[in-house]
Amino acid sequence: MPLEKLAFDYSQPKTLRIKLSGDWQITAGLPGIEEVASQLCAHTDIQKIYFDVSQMTKWDSGLVSFVLELIKDCQAKNIQVIREGLPQGADKFLTLALKVHGNVVPHQIVGESFVNRVGGGIIRIMQGMCLLIDFLGEITYAFIRFFTGKAYFRWNDFITIMKKCGADALGLVSLISVLVGIILAFVGAIQLELLGAQIYIADIVGIAMVRVMGAVMTGVLMSGRTGASFAAELGIMQTNEEIDALKTLGVNPVEFLVMPRVLALIIMMPLLTIYADFMGILGGLIVSTSMLNINPIEYLNHTQTAVKLNNLWVGLVHSLVFAVIIAVAGCLRGIQCQRSASGVGEATTSAVVTAITCIVIATAIITYVCQVIGV
Amino acid sequence: MLPVIEVRNLDLNYDDFVVMRNLNFSVQKGDIFVVMGGSGCGKSTLLKALIGLKEPATGDILYKGQDFWKQDNIEQQKMMRRFGVLYQSGALWSSLTLGENVALPLELYSDLDAEQVREVVALKLALVGLAGYADFYPSEISGGMCKRAGLARAIALDPDIIFFDEPSSGLDPLCARMLDDLIIQLRDTLGATIVVVTHELASIFAIGNNSILLDSESKTMIAMGDPKDLLNNSQDHRVIQFLTRGEK
Repeated sequence: MPLEKLAFDYSQPKTLRIKLSGDWQITAGLPGIEEVASQLCAHTDIQKIYFDVSQMTKWDSGLVSFVLELIKDCQAKNIQVIREGLPQGADKFLTLALKVHGNVVPHQIVGESFVNRVGGGIIRIMQGMCLLIDFLGEITYAFIRFFTGKAYFRWNDFITIMKKCGADALGLVSLISVLVGIILAFVGAIQLELLGAQIYIADIVGIAMVRVMGAVMTGVLMSGRTGASFAAELGIMQTNEEIDALKTLGVNPVEFLVMPRVLALIIMMPLLTIYADFMGILGGLIVSTSMLNINPIEYLNHTQTAVKLNNLWVGLVHSLVFAVIIAVAGCLRGIQCQRSASGVGEATTSAVVTAITCIVIATAIITYVCQVIGV
Repeated sequence: MLPVIEVRNLDLNYDDFVVMRNLNFSVQKGDIFVVMGGSGCGKSTLLKALIGLKEPATGDILYKGQDFWKQDNIEQQKMMRRFGVLYQSGALWSSLTLGENVALPLELYSDLDAEQVREVVALKLALVGLAGYADFYPSEISGGMCKRAGLARAIALDPDIIFFDEPSSGLDPLCARMLDDLIIQLRDTLGATIVVVTHELASIFAIGNNSILLDSESKTMIAMGDPKDLLNNSQDHRVIQFLTRGEK
């Protein structure tokens, strides 16, 4: 029991002798200094504290931290702590700890008022907007240099990035798109069966996938996969000073690192979206033929009739906008990354959250615009 | 003779936090100039300002009489091409092989054809003891080899000034010694001016012929000169303490 480890002796005037007994290791359960503090409150005439460790069997930094706390407490009360009775090792340990404590300026957390916090938040948002505009400007300039043949462009790297964000994502896109098609078909089937209009599942799945769902699902997937990967890659390059090395060589990191990624995603996203559309329609076909006994040819004919070319264009516009959002969010967060492991984690998380949020907002805007212009 | 680098009244800040103030020194052609100081005193920040990555709060940094921070962006980039920098971690581009890392500056800023670039790359890698490693990726070699490959990249364009950020850190004593020898050889063969940021005393005395000592408490330089002279003649206890690891 912790309390049994402490005993107090007041046999000498104005002096407290603390008797420490038993095991004083961290793992043994140690008393706090409150017990001593309460004794000092009860005996206000105490001027010196001594230690008696004759009954103590073991000690480690648990003893040292206890005595250190006591010394700090007694300093405030003008009570002298005499360390002579302590084990020699503990005394050396304390000397070292007190030396360190003496040099450290305590970190003060200054409370901020509500107005300050709101103002600070607004300033940070404005600064973030300025950085984004600056970054978009740099990307545009890099593209101008690329199309005028002035940019340094490594085609090998570009093809590798295209493969990573295109071909390597096919498996995941297939799985999710087929499942989305199945889900859409199931949801539609329940309602349409009541009306005896099951065949219109082909219309629902086809239009939904081609017009918006194929692009949105691919966008969300690519945010988590490619956007996060861009942020992590560039973040680690920032941490390893690789981006500094480019700058000192006079190479613009946006031109060398960001532009190929943006371009690769702009090319691959529409292709992946078209692929996702087909996979979604396949999912709908599986449900329709296996559960609703719809003829596959009839299903495909219905899909062909229902899905107009303008639906495909709307889907492709979505995918292009999403490609830019994902690539810019991933690269911007990567370039802005703090130089630490946690910084890379934060950059990756931020890239995914930013991209998905912007995808949802962009979808709402494009849908509204299409509604207004009657596409 | 015009110094290769001249620093005048330089103050370095991070927002409101003062890192260093009132730095004044110059580096002559062929010097191995050591920036010394304890951990966290601002050595790397000074290096960033010298290599054009951090704009000073006030003051001037002149290269052969040309004030770097008063030039436009294009001129600054031209000046930066005359620098070679070996970063603390080597900072090799991880998606490129060692050969591609060394070749990149040559592809960007020289008129050499692919075969000539390959030959120069092989030469630079051989100079740092990495002959035959051109097709290895940075992840496939040791930390010491990464540093040497970083050095090969830094000297790819035969720069006038080579900056080293903590070259010996993380290296075993033999590797560190080898890198020190390499630094001296580079100075002697390329005729380059070398600036080394370090707190490794063995390296400082082995290679440095001029130096400054930065102090984190006074936030400025407290000594300048040949490190060996500073050790023998300095009256400042902070200088003696630093140069003797606190033994005197």
